[in-house]
Formats: sequence, C-alpha cells, structure tokens
Amino acid sequence: MGEEFELHCARPTGGPVGANEESQSDETSEKTSREEMKMIMVGQKAPDFAAPAYHKGKFVNVKLSDYLGKWVLLCFYPGDFTFV
Amino acid sequence: MPEFEKLGVQILSMSIDSVFVHKMWDDHELSKMVDGGIPFPMMSDVGGKVGTAYGIYDEQAGVETRGRFIIDPDGVVQGYEVLTPPVGRNVSEAIRQVQAFQLVRETKGGEATPSGWRPGKKTLKPGPDLVGKVWEEWKTDMAFD
Repeated sequence: MGEEFELHCARPTGGPVGANEESQSDETSEKTSREEMKMIMVGQKAPDFAAPAYHKGKFVNVKLSDYLGKWVLLCFYPGDFTFV
Repeated sequence: MPEFEKLGVQILSMSIDSVFVHKMWDDHELSKMVDGGIPFPMMSDVGGKVGTAYGIYDEQAGVETRGRFIIDPDGVVQGYEVLTPPVGRNVSEAIRQVQAFQLVRETKGGEATPSGWRPGKKTLKPGPDLVGKVWEEWKTDMAFD
C-alpha cells in the first residue's frame, strides 16, 4: 500500500510515470500529446502512473506499478456525488 | 468487495475529484451503502492527465468517462470497457472477464473461453484438431446464460 503524504493547501493530483512526464511542462508538446490522445491497446502494457488517493481514512500515494504481481481492476468514473 | 478479494484482484478507482472530495463522498454517502466505507484506494486525477494516458478523459466536459481496465499481474491491459456517464457498469461481467483471463493465464493459453463462457462452462482447447470443428464443440445457445 502507498505511503501516507503530508497535506498542503494545493490539491495534489496524479500523472503518468515515465516517458510522458518530462514533455508535459512544455506547452507545445502538451498540445501535441493532447491531439494524440487515443485509446490504448489490449495486450500492451498499461501506462504507469502515480496519484494521491483517499484510502480508509488516510491520504496516500498510489503507483500502479506497485501492484505488479496482482490483477488490477482500474475504474474511472465521471465524478463523486454523481448519480450512477 | 469480497468477490474481487477472492480472485486476488486489487480495485483502484479514479476521478478528477480531489482526495478531499473523495473523503467527503465516502464519509457522507458511500459509507451508508458499504459497511465501513470504500475499502480500496480512491485516486485523484485533477486535470485528467492519467485519464488522457488511458484515452478516456473527456476534455470538453472536463471529466473522465466510465472506463474500466483489467490489468494482469505483468501490468498488461487484457481488456477494457468505456461507457458514457449515464450508464453504469455491470460488475458481474467484470468478474466474469477476470475469471476468464485468469483461466487463460493459468492454462498458459492452452484453453480459451468461447462466447458466453462463465466458470463451469466448457472451454475450448485451440489446436490443429479444433480447426473447422468448433461447431461440434460449441453451440450458439451456449452464448447465453
């Protein structure tokens, strides 16, 4: 399980780990990567990422690659307090 | 989620909400549906960077669509499903797919699960002898429960 992190006023957020990371600060390449958003392929590696999480009363950092060796069901959804 | 625990599956959820909102949602609503609150990490992707990497971030709406990915122990995506927001997922189908992928992995691809397979139903053993003979092994009514 991820490590607990210290709270600050900004809202911490997640991001991909690895290749895309450096290019994201540069405005031009950010535009390119946005235009290039496409579906990933089955049978290929899942993009690794790190993200803050709320887990059983604690705020922790989670990294997808920490779960190598386990099956993972990764579920995205539109928003908290929505209806479905 | 004892069903997933039994299968050794780690659930991770993610949305563009902050971890603070996740806490409020769990405290004030979800814990009333699930005893003890949500047992898995609720991750935050403010800005949708991770969602973009997975191809399910709706930039116009600024939210993530209902994308669900099955990732195997090697970190390989075996399957996914993406729905627009108004339609919820079928959890039993996610479980069935995990069971099918686990069986294929355990048999090192020696067995495959035809349409409509669920645990206990017949698998197929791909090989030279099966070519042109699937019709003998599998009937269309087996596609349905």
